[in-house]
Amino acid sequence: MKFNIFRSHDDRGSGDPTQTPRMGGHVLPAARSDGPDGPTADAVEPTDATAGPALQPRPAEPLGPIKIRARDVSVHYGDKQALHDVSVDIPDKTVTAFIGPSGCGKSTFLRCLNRMNDTIPSARVTGRIEMDGQDVNSKSVDPVLLRAQVGMVFQKPNPFPKSIYENVAYGPRIHGLTTSKADLDGVVEKSLRRAGLWDEVADRLHSPGTGLSGGQQQRLVIARAIAVEPEVILMDEPCSALDPIATAKIEELIDELREQYCIVIVTHSMAQAARVSQRTAFFHMGRLVETGNTEEIFTNPRERRTLDYITGRFG
Amino acid sequence: MTDALAPTTADRAARLQKGLRRRYARERRFQLYGLLAIGVAVGFLVLLLGRIWTQGNTAFWAHEAAIPVYMDPARIDPAYPQGTNFPQMVAEQQLARLGVTDDAAGRASTEMRQIFSSELKFVAGDMIKADPSLIGRTVTVTAPLSDDADLFFKGEIGRDTPEEQRRVTDRQIGWLDRLQDDGFVKRTFNGRMFTSGDSTEPELAGVLGAVVGSALMLLVTALLAIPIGVAAAIWLEEFAPRNRLSAFIEVNINNLAAVPSIVYGLLGLALFINWMQLPRSSPLVGGLVLALMALPTIIIATRSSLKAVPPSIREAALALGASKTQTVFQHVLPLALPGVMTGAIISMAHALGETAPLLLIGMVSFVPGVATSVAEPTGALPSLIYIWENASERAFHERTAAAIMVLLALMIVMNAAAIVLRRRFERRW
Ligand SMILES: Nc1ncnc2c1ncn2[C@@H]1O[C@H](COP(=O)(O)OP(=O)(O)O)[C@@H](O)[C@H]1O
Ligand SMILES: [Mg+2]
Repeated sequence: MKFNIFRSHDDRGSGDPTQTPRMGGHVLPAARSDGPDGPTADAVEPTDATAGPALQPRPAEPLGPIKIRARDVSVHYGDKQALHDVSVDIPDKTVTAFIGPSGCGKSTFLRCLNRMNDTIPSARVTGRIEMDGQDVNSKSVDPVLLRAQVGMVFQKPNPFPKSIYENVAYGPRIHGLTTSKADLDGVVEKSLRRAGLWDEVADRLHSPGTGLSGGQQQRLVIARAIAVEPEVILMDEPCSALDPIATAKIEELIDELREQYCIVIVTHSMAQAARVSQRTAFFHMGRLVETGNTEEIFTNPRERRTLDYITGRFG
Repeated sequence: MTDALAPTTADRAARLQKGLRRRYARERRFQLYGLLAIGVAVGFLVLLLGRIWTQGNTAFWAHEAAIPVYMDPARIDPAYPQGTNFPQMVAEQQLARLGVTDDAAGRASTEMRQIFSSELKFVAGDMIKADPSLIGRTVTVTAPLSDDADLFFKGEIGRDTPEEQRRVTDRQIGWLDRLQDDGFVKRTFNGRMFTSGDSTEPELAGVLGAVVGSALMLLVTALLAIPIGVAAAIWLEEFAPRNRLSAFIEVNINNLAAVPSIVYGLLGLALFINWMQLPRSSPLVGGLVLALMALPTIIIATRSSLKAVPPSIREAALALGASKTQTVFQHVLPLALPGVMTGAIISMAHALGETAPLLLIGMVSFVPGVATSVAEPTGALPSLIYIWENASERAFHERTAAAIMVLLALMIVMNAAAIVLRRRFERRW
């Protein structure tokens, strides 16, 4: 029953619950369990011994150390409070998904993590956010340096109207990360390779980045973020403007990037959250309702509202 | 069931059909109105340009005389050739050639002199100065005809007009005909229009002084208004805190853009001439006034093109760790540049044609010659048009239209440049 609910939100698959769910192009073990009991919560239990290689390491395995610690974070836009006392721990080398109905403050919270809310004059952030124990809102932290440490990918791919090369090279250049042209070339190639875009664009590095397809643009934007060698990558609905195939590629990429980065992804697709994340945080009406390991949230949520949301009763 | 449905379907189709016909009719009517409006606009434009052309095209041609002149040693002092009264000498020689005897009051020679431009004196003087050995020989001197003689040959002064109503006497007409029959009169391109400054003699007057004056003035305007305007717009749009003060500034910039230009002229008079004691009639003061006038327009145009840059580009740069300044100058401004440049050029074209403020800062006074610096007095194209239009000599009328053509041509060039630049820079995806 729970499995079916889970599957019914898959924005990529057919409605057939017996079809093999995919994650990042790899076969998930889920469909295997259509035994006499029918699909059960067990089916998505990633601790399942026969799980595909893509899910290494298992979410149930110990997560990385806490990278970001948020305590009582509230955000006001003018007089309106958009976020109420959010406290959450975000582990390193893990994908954390923020889910919740639109307007519930997911993006707002995400933007607190790299102080992008500073750029909105009416926004006021209170509470404490620590990254590696350091308060990101303290006077001693320069938001410009913080953003070099915390990359961000937006909903709509937003490459600069410059060449592919220039897009990727921009970050290292402004931060002075490279010393020579060859060095920069290397960084560009490495970043594009890591974003899985190199093979597609190697022969046209100097053609406009805006000429790529939507999915390629989004991977270019990810490469651009990676090029600055951040520790955290924030993604705000990175696939909502993409087709299913491009989405699958991005999800695969996110899964690979998890080994090196702390990734936070906002998504409105519950299936996506289930596919790519190990931790899930459910937001509702500006409050953090529940956090937990992804399979727990999806199979056995503690809160009624979470269950209602993931079963599609509202949102 | 089908029977019950059939009529309704047919009815529905008919109704749709009827609605569709009405919709198309409305569309055709709208297109017709549009065409009519464009037709009227184009009609007026053609009328305006046609009238300017018919009035002014003759100004680009002029008649000049190439006459043999005996450089009489009795009248020319080799040490001071420019002191010679060459026009009188030439007039007397021509009278002698035509077998006319001058009376005691010299009326015949005066009338003969009036056929030629006063420029004759300088042309002949320069020839002797360049080569004193010409004295005692007969040489061909080429000089413009006077404005009235020129108009006569252009057919602007009719033979049939009663003598007392025209500026050329019957006797002069007879002489002009003889000169032409003898092959001394030539119709040439009026290069003087483009190579000389203003003059009280229409046949010697040109637009160069005014063109240079306008150019110097625009230079001052552009150097001041564009950097200041763009910088102000960037600050207001990208950096200014959104509070009452910036809202107040914004409203007032919009108000300033609507202030009549003559008010800027008054301000310029009070501020730059009376208070700062800058030289009157100079391109410097003109440029300062026009810069004040162009500023609000440039600020508004720049702000709106900055506003048009998608916020996602700003977010992209900021999220990568670019500073505010880097974001603005490396991403936002380059994308806004086509709009900024178009706004700047169009406001420069406006400044070029602006007349009212120039009247107040003394740019309508007669200034012969061509300015070589921004502090020298000079005319400007619009004020030259104003001066010529009000001149009493008829020959200035065609020149007024010619000056208008020059002004319009410069504006067309500037607007074309705006379009070309825009295309050029927009092509950078
Ligand atoms: N720049 C802003 N100014 C004012 N209100 C905003 C702004 N951005 C978001 N909000 C409000 O804050 C709330 C949360 O928005 P957001 O974080 O974007 O939600 P989500 O990403 O979960 O859809 C919404 O009610 C939204 O209207
Ligand atoms: Mg959002």
